[in-house]
Amino acid sequence: MYAVLFFVFAGAAVGFAVNLLVQRHPIYSALSLIGVMASLASLYLMLGAEFVAAVQVIVYAGAIMVLFVFVIMLLNAGEEVRTRRSLVVRQIGAPLIVLLLGLITTTLYRQVPADAVVRFGDFPGQTAGIGRRLFLYYLLPFEVVSILILVAIIGAVTLARNET
Amino acid sequence: MLPSAIFYTLIKIVVVLSLVLLTVAYAVWFERKVVAHMQSRWGPTRVGPHGLLQPLADAIKLLTKEDIMPSGAFRLIYLAAPGLALTTALLAFAVIPFGPSHTAGGVELFQIADLDIGLLFILSVGSMGVYGIVLAGWSSNSKYSLLGGLRSSAQMISYELAMGLALVGVLLMSGSLSLRSIVESQSGTFWGVLPRWNIFPQAVGFFCYLTAAIAETNRLPFDLPEAETELVAGYHTEYSSMKFGMFFMAEYANMLTVSCLATVLFFGGWQGPVPQFLPEVVQMVLPLLWFALKVLGFLFLYVWIRGTLPRFRYDQLMSFGWKVLVPVALANLAITSLVLAIQYS
Repeated sequence: MYAVLFFVFAGAAVGFAVNLLVQRHPIYSALSLIGVMASLASLYLMLGAEFVAAVQVIVYAGAIMVLFVFVIMLLNAGEEVRTRRSLVVRQIGAPLIVLLLGLITTTLYRQVPADAVVRFGDFPGQTAGIGRRLFLYYLLPFEVVSILILVAIIGAVTLARNET
Repeated sequence: MLPSAIFYTLIKIVVVLSLVLLTVAYAVWFERKVVAHMQSRWGPTRVGPHGLLQPLADAIKLLTKEDIMPSGAFRLIYLAAPGLALTTALLAFAVIPFGPSHTAGGVELFQIADLDIGLLFILSVGSMGVYGIVLAGWSSNSKYSLLGGLRSSAQMISYELAMGLALVGVLLMSGSLSLRSIVESQSGTFWGVLPRWNIFPQAVGFFCYLTAAIAETNRLPFDLPEAETELVAGYHTEYSSMKFGMFFMAEYANMLTVSCLATVLFFGGWQGPVPQFLPEVVQMVLPLLWFALKVLGFLFLYVWIRGTLPRFRYDQLMSFGWKVLVPVALANLAITSLVLAIQYS
């Protein structure tokens, strides 16, 4: 049953990702991106990483994508115009994609021993454990990241102020 | 999971969903009745005694009304939005514990699922609920709907922050995200008289949570997304028939979620006096009664606020959220963690 669910959600993630690229209206693309994130969250949940799954939904699908949709609605963005793609893209686009996928596959095969299997519930991400790790062992990186985000916020505010 | 356990869980889901929908239907009746009496009117009286069958009549009316699709609407999104709003509103009840732990056939009786991340689950489902409203407003191809949708997304994003911050105080005190353990951490009393509910040490957090939650559910005095004097009906202006009914149900289901969550987090959930001399069945059901009474109290508070306060102006709403509620919630968080740190050291 878990294997079936895995393929359902993995297929959904890939399907939404392809749909994101194919759709011409930005709102459909944004909705597909939400679908990708929700499918990924389900996969995390199946691996036992409940906290990561919840944060994935709250932060990415719930906060960041709402802003995306908000902007698309405010700008009232219309459908994209399809152009005939540039010569370079038409000639070597598909081979490059194949090359990239091939590289990822070979690297994975080399890194992971052939008999290694990820079992469901392998990463029991108990919330308390994550918190303890984050604030005992990785306190400095955590604080540095928070300062980085603060700097980004201040930068955004400054830029917006200068406009007016 | 055993097949029988799956079967029992399915039954549990059906029972909880029907109860929630029934409560939603009667919450509408309750609100109309209470507001009417506050305004020296009678409210619904025609259908059944005291208008008790009014929800049924409303349901029949909504189901048989003509379904109109505005021209130029984005069909797929327009049709999906009410379903999205209602589903996300109902999903939250999956993790709410209605009573103390009782197992039958290896299945927990009074809760659908006790997740380790219960509270985060409710918050994440709630944050997805914004899409129902935003997409409804956008896909309707109407300026009133669009403005309502925009207002609601801005409002919900702003107040979600304050709500999350207000809840961290409770989490610090109970040390868990599971709603069941949060309720269990509130058993007992302070100094032998006062029940050990989070409302007493976390009164400020409770105020912030309740204010933000009222704004999240788009209720008065924060119902700007559907302010009828300026926006006709806001995001659901163009919706008719049962599609409108689904938004309506989603709004009341969200009120119910907020009331349940306030009960669980701040008012000790199902905790209450359960005398030992009563028969066992009564002892088992009494906590459910306490839970229901507390939730009913919050629903009454919602109606009371609606009957009392006028609507905010939009800029007032935004500046109140960002300049008052967020700083107060942050201060509450800082003080709570300071006190707890001193206690532990």
